[in-house]
Amino acid sequence: MSIKVVNVSKRFGDFVALDDVSVEVPEGSLTALLGPSGSGKSTLLRVIAGLEQPAGGCVEISGANATRLPAQKRGVGFVFQHYAAFKHMTVRDNVAFGLKIRKRPKDEIRRRVNELLELVHLSGFADRYPAQLSGGQRQRMALARALAAEPNVLLLDEPFGALDASVRKELRIWLRRLHDDVHVTTIFVTHDQEEAMDVAEQIVVMNDGRIEQIGEPHELYDHPANEFVMSFVGPVNRLGDEFVRPHDFELMLEPNGTTQEVMINRIVHLGFEVRVEFTLPSGEDAWAQVTRETAEQLELEPGQIVYGRPGRSRVFN
Amino acid sequence: MTARRLAPRVIALSYLGLLLAAPVGLVFFRTFEHGFGPAWDAVTTPEAQHAFWMTILMVVVAVPVNTVFGIVCALVLARHQFRGKALMNAAVDLPFAVSPVVIGLALILVYGQGGWFGGWLTAHGIQVIFSTPGMILATIFVSLPFVVREVVPVLREIGTEQEQAASTLGASSWQTFWRVTLPAIRWGVGYGVVLATARALGEFGAVSVVSGKIQGRTETMTLFVEQRFHQFDLTGAYAASVVLALLAVATLLTMNLLGSRTEGR
Repeated sequence: MSIKVVNVSKRFGDFVALDDVSVEVPEGSLTALLGPSGSGKSTLLRVIAGLEQPAGGCVEISGANATRLPAQKRGVGFVFQHYAAFKHMTVRDNVAFGLKIRKRPKDEIRRRVNELLELVHLSGFADRYPAQLSGGQRQRMALARALAAEPNVLLLDEPFGALDASVRKELRIWLRRLHDDVHVTTIFVTHDQEEAMDVAEQIVVMNDGRIEQIGEPHELYDHPANEFVMSFVGPVNRLGDEFVRPHDFELMLEPNGTTQEVMINRIVHLGFEVRVEFTLPSGEDAWAQVTRETAEQLELEPGQIVYGRPGRSRVFN
Repeated sequence: MTARRLAPRVIALSYLGLLLAAPVGLVFFRTFEHGFGPAWDAVTTPEAQHAFWMTILMVVVAVPVNTVFGIVCALVLARHQFRGKALMNAAVDLPFAVSPVVIGLALILVYGQGGWFGGWLTAHGIQVIFSTPGMILATIFVSLPFVVREVVPVLREIGTEQEQAASTLGASSWQTFWRVTLPAIRWGVGYGVVLATARALGEFGAVSVVSGKIQGRTETMTLFVEQRFHQFDLTGAYAASVVLALLAVATLLTMNLLGSRTEGR
């Protein structure tokens, strides 16, 4: 089901959490709300879920105005950063909760819960309590619980934020696959641009309660609308008014008229990628990202003077 | 074992021993000094039995009332923001701060003859003071804070995320309360109930003032103990005390038993 947010505003005391925000999420898509903390992304998600009431504007879910509808009637599945597991219930009862509330027949509940536990790889854990699960398992349980009642929309609030880096990577691949299987319209909140690019089809970049840009991952990276998006979705050097991605900075041994002298300070080997940190004649520090091959060809060393120029740069007004 | 580690233990144990265990132990000893028979006879007189059932009545009415309203008050204090919340918070502690005797007198001022509601109540044939309703009111008053005070911190600790999750899963606030909130706070509620029960069983001052101490009519177990004591029936006083102590112990054991059963699922 599609979601449409129109001119939504929300304040907490003096703090403006959402400032006239409008966004559309097409049916069946996987959208990320990306932004730094305090940018309003979680508030927007909670407004869509009905957990927060906007001060102005409206929320439409599959064409119907849902602004005044309480959370319980919106048919959304919500996954919280800290799982919000029902601690006094077993994994099975947690997942069955939404179905029991809807008074579905017992054998239907059992069948559906088994199916979902299979889907989230927790079949062997049905009779455990949340306290006996790892963080990753708890979050998978929370996902199964949210999916149980077949929601129109799945909303995830920093779902992997509380997990280890390795579990996080595994789960996001898994979420991507799950979305391919289940095809429910999904919105997830993250502050990690890599995660957003890895998982989402559409990214909404937020800052200070406003939307900075909406687009596909490569669009945001290659055609950022402004300085904020440019620096938030990837690494960037600022040289005067110009913004240059480190991999767009070319280094060479001979000057060619368009190059500047650069003095190499430090070389960091990160496997395939090599980071070259240097100082420009203007006194500005910057870095370039080159392949191992290039670094070896140029025989780069700290203290050396080489020549460089931005191959591609952007200026915003 | 070094002296440094032993010292606090000795201090703690002798403190508890001298101030708690010895007096209570002595009551038990005195009760059964002349065998089981006299003690049994003392607590099975019609008067003693009446006092026993009065005490049970106090507990059976006051504790459920304070449990239900205690949970409501705790939810309001932990989950709502409003003007006058600090005042409400302080009001809940009033029974801790105010002497039970004062509470008793206050009740007489409100419900007694010439009190605020006294005239109206008398006109409608309801007697509150020097009668059971007044004693129940006094017991409710003194045992009010326990459930609230035990439940508020538990509610704060569990937060609201589980409740929000329940609402996104389609639960109404009523369903959320029964299926999510109440099970999550059950230990706090249980402990509050135990403390409120103990307080209601042992209440003396406020009940003493409003009851009028009419033998066989408005006498609870604690009042009965005092009355026996003043009439130099020490066996009766001790035996009734033992009954009170046993009731309290039974309350604690019931709670522990319920606790271990639900925990061991």
